[in-house]
Amino acid sequence: MVDMTKVSAHHASEASAQRLKKRHAAEVRLKAYGIAAIATACIALAALVWSVGGKAGGVLFEHYITLETPLPAEEFDPNGDGDPETLRKADYAGHVKDLVRATFPNVKDRRTRKQLNDLISVGASSELREYVMANPDLVGSDVTFSYVASDVVDLYLKGSFGTLKSQSPDGSLQIANDRKTVSVTSDTDDFAPVLAQVKADLSRSEARLTRQLALVNNGVAAFEKRLETAQTDEEKAAVEAEITARIAERDGLQAQIDELVRRAGASDEAETLKRSDPSVLLRLGDQWIKMTEIGPQGGVGTLLGAPIEDGAVEAGGWSYYLLDTPEASRKISDVQVSWVETLREAGAVDKKLNWRFLSASDSREPELAGILGATVGTFWTMLVTFVLAFPIGMLAAIYLEEFAPKNRLTDLIEVNINNLAAVPSIIFGLLGLSIVIGFFGVPRSAPLVGGIVLALMTLPTIIIASRASIAAVPPSIREAALGVGASQLQTSFHHVLPAALPGVLTGTIIGMARALGETAPLILIGMVAFIVNIPKGINDSATALPVLIFRWADFPERAFEAKTAAAICLLLVFLIFMNALAVFLRKQFERRW
Amino acid sequence: MTLLGIAFVVIALLSAAFVALGRSRAITIAGDDLSTLHSRPLYHGMFSGLWALIAGVVVLLTVSQIWSGWIDTGLMRDISQSAPEMSAIERELVLSDAKSMAQGNIASRSGELREDIAGKFQSADGTRVLISSVLAIGAAFVAGFFLFRKIDIGWRARNRTEALIRTLLLLCAAIAVLTTIGIVLSLIFETLSFFQSLGWRADKFLFGPVWSPLSGVHDGVLDADKVGAVPLFVGTLLITLIAMCVAVPVGLFSAIYLSDFASPRVRAWAKPLLEVLAGIPTVVYGFFAAITMAPALRGLGEALGLSVASESALAAGLVMGIMIIPFVSSLSDDVINAVPQSLRDGSYGLGATKAETMRQVVLPAALPGIVSAVLLGISRAVGETMIVVMAAGQGANLTINPLEAVTTVTVQIVMLITGDTEASTAAGPAFTLGFTLFCVTLALNIIALRIVRKYREAYD
Repeated sequence: MVDMTKVSAHHASEASAQRLKKRHAAEVRLKAYGIAAIATACIALAALVWSVGGKAGGVLFEHYITLETPLPAEEFDPNGDGDPETLRKADYAGHVKDLVRATFPNVKDRRTRKQLNDLISVGASSELREYVMANPDLVGSDVTFSYVASDVVDLYLKGSFGTLKSQSPDGSLQIANDRKTVSVTSDTDDFAPVLAQVKADLSRSEARLTRQLALVNNGVAAFEKRLETAQTDEEKAAVEAEITARIAERDGLQAQIDELVRRAGASDEAETLKRSDPSVLLRLGDQWIKMTEIGPQGGVGTLLGAPIEDGAVEAGGWSYYLLDTPEASRKISDVQVSWVETLREAGAVDKKLNWRFLSASDSREPELAGILGATVGTFWTMLVTFVLAFPIGMLAAIYLEEFAPKNRLTDLIEVNINNLAAVPSIIFGLLGLSIVIGFFGVPRSAPLVGGIVLALMTLPTIIIASRASIAAVPPSIREAALGVGASQLQTSFHHVLPAALPGVLTGTIIGMARALGETAPLILIGMVAFIVNIPKGINDSATALPVLIFRWADFPERAFEAKTAAAICLLLVFLIFMNALAVFLRKQFERRW
Repeated sequence: MTLLGIAFVVIALLSAAFVALGRSRAITIAGDDLSTLHSRPLYHGMFSGLWALIAGVVVLLTVSQIWSGWIDTGLMRDISQSAPEMSAIERELVLSDAKSMAQGNIASRSGELREDIAGKFQSADGTRVLISSVLAIGAAFVAGFFLFRKIDIGWRARNRTEALIRTLLLLCAAIAVLTTIGIVLSLIFETLSFFQSLGWRADKFLFGPVWSPLSGVHDGVLDADKVGAVPLFVGTLLITLIAMCVAVPVGLFSAIYLSDFASPRVRAWAKPLLEVLAGIPTVVYGFFAAITMAPALRGLGEALGLSVASESALAAGLVMGIMIIPFVSSLSDDVINAVPQSLRDGSYGLGATKAETMRQVVLPAALPGIVSAVLLGISRAVGETMIVVMAAGQGANLTINPLEAVTTVTVQIVMLITGDTEASTAAGPAFTLGFTLFCVTLALNIIALRIVRKYREAYD
């Protein structure tokens, strides 16, 4: 018999309480791990959605630059007969370039001129061509035409390169030309805030150098220690040389740091603005000056536009701007910024809803690229996939559930289907490449090949889901049908299949949703090519939405980032729609027996 | 629409006509009393219609396919006669150019030879399409008509039709097997010819440390010392390892929490949320890895004073781990739930806490299932393509440092196939890599399924 007093004493002991506490702590810990794991997954999902969704917003709008466009008859229609061929052959690209150049007549050198041409997309001239060809009677008159802005201008206007912060100076400005540069002086400390910012940057680089100095110092100490343990003279000499080199390096760094500290502290001293510093742009009416050196009261700059006369400008007649992103780390140059701002002031910059993204085909220029071609390609591919995979998958499931005798062949088929479901998709791409294209001679890059490959890939999913749903139909249904004289085939097709169809459709939709996002096999069978034409059938060369995403993500232009993200959003919308449809079908039609 | 398409439509219409005709003929033969027929009229119609369809389609596909191969051989002979100095690859290029010229597309190059061949191809192809269409329609008609004539009161149309349909169903089910056979055949032939070109030195491929297959190509022959796939295997393993380091703890702990600790409400929203991760296309994960994760890790590394490659294995591995979380969690959840409640109750009865029960009773019982879930996750990670193509490196770099760029088997397959090299040169190493990948994932799956099956036997 157990002595209960002993037992309770045991439980009441300090050690037992300690143990219990430990055990409960372990329980809480396990729970916490679980919550942390789920939180990690949720955070990952949120980060994914946020990083895609946050970038996709930039695609909603696009910018146009509206210019008064003369269409001189001698240039576009010299014969005066409105012949479409003549109209088509006119030099629209040159005309647009001339037009932009006329808007900013002070641009002289070739490099700046090229920057000027970069304001407007290369595709704008062909849009002008289409417009003129559609309205040939406008030749000879002046029209107001909106030209698509280039990708960098568009990005700048959307604020991707930082925003131009306007400063409000209250002194009057003295201007003095000095050959190529202009020096400007205000009578109050108008530039002090910007100068302070530049000085703050100096402190930051000083901090970086200090960290580097610490590393070099460690190196010196390490070598000094090694010098003590060095055995031979040669070794000593080598180590000493190393130490001297490092000390020289250290002293150089120290001098740089001292200089930076001094400059950061001297709040009155002027600073040179390099390409890696924020840009300071001074503005007097239509004239722009880019500051290359600023002090608290003014500094030296270069002219970005028309020449300026020496003299004084009253307060209110001038202003200046700060652009935090340095010129070196953005695609748009200071002079382009000044042009865009001038145009914006003149009301020539328009923001419109970006229908082009949905209605245009692929392009190498980000501002012209759209997803229509890829979406149509995906549609054709999915059509082929559905037409093949749905009936074959359904019939195979019927056979395996309703007719298959238990023998080695059907066993083999079963094992096969399970393994096929786990074969990497890229292997299906290789299969398509060598069998469908190589052996059966189906044309490369066609939705037909893509559809066949994706159908083979989704078959296992469909078969497994269909079998589950056919197996769920109760035997009483079959027995009733057989009992009134139906054959086995009639039982399956007339009674079992209709009852199982919602499940079969759900499985098919889920399989199709997987196929919709599949990329690797399509890349291998050549649907990754750059295709501008919208495919008209299953034999035309085409690309697909996920492949387009893959290609765009690879392009270096930053404007493609937003386009890629938007294309992803569209793909996700399709997927959500398909899955919602599957859930709806299941909820609405699936019968519980 | 092409002539072949029209032929398909004609055959389909013909078979529909035989269905209708056969049905009405059966009705006519039966006279007033339909019950004297052995089979219902529709079966009579369907039998001849189905055979018409099958005969037509089979003849159309086989004749046109065999004929087109025959045309190709003939044209290749013509090409080699008129340009004997060309290599086999060049001849094939000429042929494909000629074909696209004949179809009115743009060829990579034009020339007298190509135009000549294009003309020959056009006329031969026209005859081929015409004659195979006529043959197919004829075959469909003959088959349908022959069976149409057989219709009689005692004709066992129902049994025959059902046997035929059952065979068709079996064929549908056999497509899965045919796919596997197709995969194995397509991979194995290229692999064998690749090994042959190495002089049967498969060890050079499996154990060689230098991977640069296209840099040592001379006249379409690969340099055996530059096809060592070890850097790819190591890179794949490294990324897989990183992915599993994320996916296994997160997936397993969420499965444990969701199955035994979470309230039904939490379970109701947390489980679908995890499944959303499984539904996101891998190309989206690739974008996330390349555009968000890699720069973030680079920035973090800079802040810590580490140099992180912009295509580091870590970025690809972490994102791949996120992708695999739902696989591990839902499979583990299933097996944890499958552990009988009686085991838990027994443990609770002995005074164990929930955590102790989980650790010492449920998890050991579910271990085989969890192991197979992890194996399936590994097989996913090894075969995953888009994340690594977009976020991992392309140069074969033999390292185990997760901060450096490594490349994987799948990346190299994509690069070889989509690269500029002649398809026939690049196919060897690409298909051999594919075969290796297929074998590894197949082995992992078979082992995982075995473990699951064994485990099921223990508790049912």
